[in-house]
Amino acid sequence: MSVLRLIAAISTALALGYVSVGCSPTPSVKAASVKPDKERKVAPDFALKDADGKLVHLSDYKGKVVIVDFWATWCEPCKIEIPWFMDMQRKNKDKGLEVLGVAMDDEGWEAVKPFAQSLGINYRLVMGNDQTAQMYGGVDALPTTFLIDRAGKIAAVHVGLTSKKDFEDGIEALLNNSAPGIVRDDQAGNAVVPPAAGSK
Amino acid sequence: MLLCLPLLAQNSGHLSVGEPQKVSAKRGAAVEAKIRLAVQPGFHVNSNTPSDEYLIPLKLTWKSTGALEAGPVAYPKPAMEKYEFSEKPLSVFTGNFELTAHFKVAANAPAGPGAAVGQLRYQACSDKACFPPKTVEVAVPYSVQ
Repeated sequence: MSVLRLIAAISTALALGYVSVGCSPTPSVKAASVKPDKERKVAPDFALKDADGKLVHLSDYKGKVVIVDFWATWCEPCKIEIPWFMDMQRKNKDKGLEVLGVAMDDEGWEAVKPFAQSLGINYRLVMGNDQTAQMYGGVDALPTTFLIDRAGKIAAVHVGLTSKKDFEDGIEALLNNSAPGIVRDDQAGNAVVPPAAGSK
Repeated sequence: MLLCLPLLAQNSGHLSVGEPQKVSAKRGAAVEAKIRLAVQPGFHVNSNTPSDEYLIPLKLTWKSTGALEAGPVAYPKPAMEKYEFSEKPLSVFTGNFELTAHFKVAANAPAGPGAAVGQLRYQACSDKACFPPKTVEVAVPYSVQ
């Protein structure tokens, strides 16, 4: 990463309010726990294509708790976390959890598709790019994983391999804390917003 | 033999490439260049023969060699290291190490200076995270006598 790119990345990350820069050679991020609601910033919306070429927006998932995992096939620590996310998706989909894997492979789907098939990844994958990485603070170290609450705000970020328990605790906290106006999830796992007063 | 200076010329992320020393060689002679590399403490790069098909190997390829004919590049013996994120040891390079690039000066090479220019591709990780693959330029200056 060039100095300018690093400065830009840190500036963006600081603006998003989730990075603290330490004395280590690379920026360190400390956000193991879920932030209080008032400290959360809105997660930047993105439009990225999935394996079928369909455009996926983060905003499509509003009302759900979303794990946004930046990863790559060449990232060994990512391979530890992926089965965790598969498990979490399986257990919590009905409660309103969605996992979105943002692949950062330069080789694109040619590399990602066979890898995903070999692991049997059960959640949606999209192809990331530098622009999206910049929107999220200049994601450089992989894995970098964001926990997005039902209101579309960044509740936590994990840079590098994190414990499964940290993810589980964060997800549980977010799933049990509905956004204002959201009462419950329907059978399909969609957030149900109560009708406005007077409407039928 | 072509020897590199200990001075680190290119620092690209987590790996630094030493600045090669200019060498003189006669027409038809076989020469070799030592290219010194240094991985930042706390990090490793995949070796030239990584343990997994998806891992990106360290690889030096020549773009142009001028009056030199490129031969094989010799890589050091990798270390097999176990990390928190890997179930089995990985084939990696850490710390300071050298590549040896073999050349032969063409029999009809014109006298004078030149440079063999190549690209070194690598991918680095710490014990918690990995970083995108990078490509840095490597230049070996020479002079044909």
